[in-house]
Amino acid sequence: MIEGTALDVTMTVNGERRRAHVDARKTLADFLREDCALTGTHLGCEHGVCGACTVLVDGAAVRSCLMFAVQADGADVTTIEGIAEPDGELSTVQAAFRDAHGLQCGFCTPGFVVSVTAFLRDNPHPTDAEIREALSGNLCRCTGYQGIIKAVHLAAERVAERNAGAGAGVTA
Amino acid sequence: MTTTTPAHTAGRFVGQSVTRKEDPRLVTGHGRYVDDVTVPGMLHAAFVRSDVARGRITRLDVDAARALDGVHAVLTARELNGRPAGPMVPSMFADGTNGPSAPVRPLAADDVRFVGDPIVLVVAESRYVAEDACALVEVDYEPLTPVVDFERAAADTENLVHPELGSNVATTMATPPDAALDDALANAAHVVTQTFVQHRQTPTPMETRGVVADWNAHAGELRVWMSSQNPHEVRRTCARILGITENRVRVMQQDVGGGFGQKYFMPRDEMTVVLTSHLLGRPVKWIEDRRENLLASNHARTDRVTATIGVDGDGRIVGARVDHLEDAGAYANGGTGGTGIFVAMMFPGPYRIPRIGWSTTAVWTNTCGRGAYRGPWMMETVAREQMMDAVARTIGMDPLELRRRNVIGRDELPYATATGMVYDNVSPAETLEQAVALAGYDDFRAEQARARGEGRNLGIGIGLYIEPQTGMGALGVEAANVRVEPDGTVNVFVGSGSHGQSLETTVAQVVAEHLGVHVDDVVVHQGDTEVAPFGGGTGGSRSAPILSSAARQAALDVREKVVAIAAHMMEAAPDDLDVEDGRISVRGTPSRAITLADVARVAYATSDALPPGTQPGLEVVARFKAPPVMYSNACHVCTCNLDVDTGHVTLTRYVVSEDCGVMINPMVVEGQIAGGVVQGIGGTLYEHVVYDDEGNPLTTTFLDYLLPTAVEVPTIEYGHVETPAATPGGHKGMGEGGAIGSVPAVFNAVADALAPFGVQPTRQPLGPSEIVALLDATRD
Repeated sequence: MIEGTALDVTMTVNGERRRAHVDARKTLADFLREDCALTGTHLGCEHGVCGACTVLVDGAAVRSCLMFAVQADGADVTTIEGIAEPDGELSTVQAAFRDAHGLQCGFCTPGFVVSVTAFLRDNPHPTDAEIREALSGNLCRCTGYQGIIKAVHLAAERVAERNAGAGAGVTA
Repeated sequence: MTTTTPAHTAGRFVGQSVTRKEDPRLVTGHGRYVDDVTVPGMLHAAFVRSDVARGRITRLDVDAARALDGVHAVLTARELNGRPAGPMVPSMFADGTNGPSAPVRPLAADDVRFVGDPIVLVVAESRYVAEDACALVEVDYEPLTPVVDFERAAADTENLVHPELGSNVATTMATPPDAALDDALANAAHVVTQTFVQHRQTPTPMETRGVVADWNAHAGELRVWMSSQNPHEVRRTCARILGITENRVRVMQQDVGGGFGQKYFMPRDEMTVVLTSHLLGRPVKWIEDRRENLLASNHARTDRVTATIGVDGDGRIVGARVDHLEDAGAYANGGTGGTGIFVAMMFPGPYRIPRIGWSTTAVWTNTCGRGAYRGPWMMETVAREQMMDAVARTIGMDPLELRRRNVIGRDELPYATATGMVYDNVSPAETLEQAVALAGYDDFRAEQARARGEGRNLGIGIGLYIEPQTGMGALGVEAANVRVEPDGTVNVFVGSGSHGQSLETTVAQVVAEHLGVHVDDVVVHQGDTEVAPFGGGTGGSRSAPILSSAARQAALDVREKVVAIAAHMMEAAPDDLDVEDGRISVRGTPSRAITLADVARVAYATSDALPPGTQPGLEVVARFKAPPVMYSNACHVCTCNLDVDTGHVTLTRYVVSEDCGVMINPMVVEGQIAGGVVQGIGGTLYEHVVYDDEGNPLTTTFLDYLLPTAVEVPTIEYGHVETPAATPGGHKGMGEGGAIGSVPAVFNAVADALAPFGVQPTRQPLGPSEIVALLDATRD
């Protein structure tokens, strides 16, 4: 192997503490897929355009193909596998994608679900234009975005309905 | 979003927008795509590809790559090119009877024929190391003049893409001279001739191609996981190139991240990886990266049509001529990768065209090979629908009125076109009227006139078409194995290759409807050749009409057996029994009932209790043979706002009226339409594979090859006309249509907005710079 520099990293992934000795050049996406066996994070372009590899790093939606694993040392990482309840119950965003036919082949879906989860947390009452703008960093080739846009509206409505009922801050 | 639904009475499951069975795993990141497959001892492969379009390899040095730690093998043409035991082409082209194929070889030997041509395959312990080794491979070339421009390729007899073929013309066909057609055109009130060029695009599924090949020499068995639309075709191809029998090959297509035609046949690179696993006796994984996908997977479109249409004084078409040229690239994926003959046969589309003459030619060029892309023959609709607008403009008639005067009416069915296609159970006139009504065509024309007075430029475009689904040869038969398990639940095994089409759900709906169980109790399995019956995969809009018919028949046959056994058990007449939700009850006496599980237990475990002569078990394999060609139809209407200073086009309305017969799942139908429409919008306004004059690709990232995003796309409005097909369930295929009708609808809308400036575009794409250039030309 070409002389590489491996470093120790510690991070929390989906609530679980992970320690590893990682090649400095290994991307966070490859670390999650290969070292953590979390294959829900998908690689669609590996140059930061398609958004399929989006994960949350300390709450922010980032492209894990553009970040090295060692840069996430000490971070709290959430992947698509950490979005649903442990018993498999879908999150509001995931259920809305299913109900609004927001996916077909499903390859881009993890990136969309993670991006939308962060977006609705920060902007729970978005306009249609804000939704489209928020989605513009993720590419889908199957749906023509129709079902995805509908899913984001649906998720926002459901959160609003639950908040109205509960009087509390429910998030997507 | 407007949805106009037909009055047809939906079934309990067929016709319902059942949410998808696929979704819980896919929305949670628990799908299983090819890159998620790991096999013990697996090695990782990466290709070194040509940097020049045409040239001789003068030096190839792989020593440094071979010496790198972690590298298992560095393979060149010397090691691999003697290994294929049969032609590296799709099965339907293997014996040459369906047309010529490019002389495909695993790796470039001595010369290279396009930028991206694979020269070396490195196999290493990780993909990172494999790519390190690729960087250490040294290749020197003597560049030769490449054939890049497909419009000049045929005339170039000096520079040949494939010297062994002796010509850059791959195929050419034409109708004989037709004096009656010549007379019809000579006597026409108006004759319009126009040339249209559709530019190069590429399917770009979000998941690139990929394969894991695992040859076990001791077992004499090959296992292949592949991102594919067609697992049985992969099995046939692997067996052929390795010289082994099909029962020693198991292909597993699991979740697939889109295909759009690119993954219908087994591509060359995947075959090379299979040959490599066979050579090394180790499992080998290759996952294409996006740069490779954009430069060396397969490209699509790249057509030119010169069309002539003659009309009488009332605007009725009296005859037409269509001359088609297509670019096959260097190594087309499947024959010439195109469908020139279908372009000619489908050119009449939804109109009465009494006489037609045509020619079609495919040429080789030193570019990435052409392959299937959602509606591979769709240049016929692109050219015809642009032509209808050109004719209308020439004779001073509204393009809607010209279409109304020529569209085939329901009272004329069955209708035989001048190219010999026989349409029945189609509704082009109805979809045209429904689409223009939903779009408010007349109101738009009034608004457009007002806007022009205010300096705003609006346009409206129509795309009307008939979508064929072929049922020819191996593509005409599908099988379904419906099996009631001992606990009364249902497994269905099918030979399709769903990659987004929702077949796990729609096939379950069909089986549930006709067997009499709940859709939740049906699980559909596909993609594994060890358990799935032979099938033609998923492509060509054929799963709904052909596969569903097989599933329906198998379900009905199982139901018949269930009823016979239940009648015996209940001492009732079979005709008096109902089967619903897995309960078999006596009609009128619902309390007298047994469950499907009760019947299954008897069928499997206490077969002595079966009616005399009944074979144990509850399982049927049914096959459906489709007619040679089936048809659906649709009409797209698009409106746009054109900024003449910047050339920017904003799509403001988008309406589709679709007739795909009896819909199995309206939600899925509309999803298929939407996806296709947006691919067509991208293909008209944004997406463009660009080569420079030396054959260097300039669009090898998603920053250069521009896919539409959520910001660019309009909200799509749907209308449905339901004319049941003659097939048993009445379903028609419609998976490709969205990508067919959208291109001329968008193009015609932009052309309509440009018309007041005296500009008529004839070439795609219509990006801002192209539009500004067209307008500038009028100001000079």
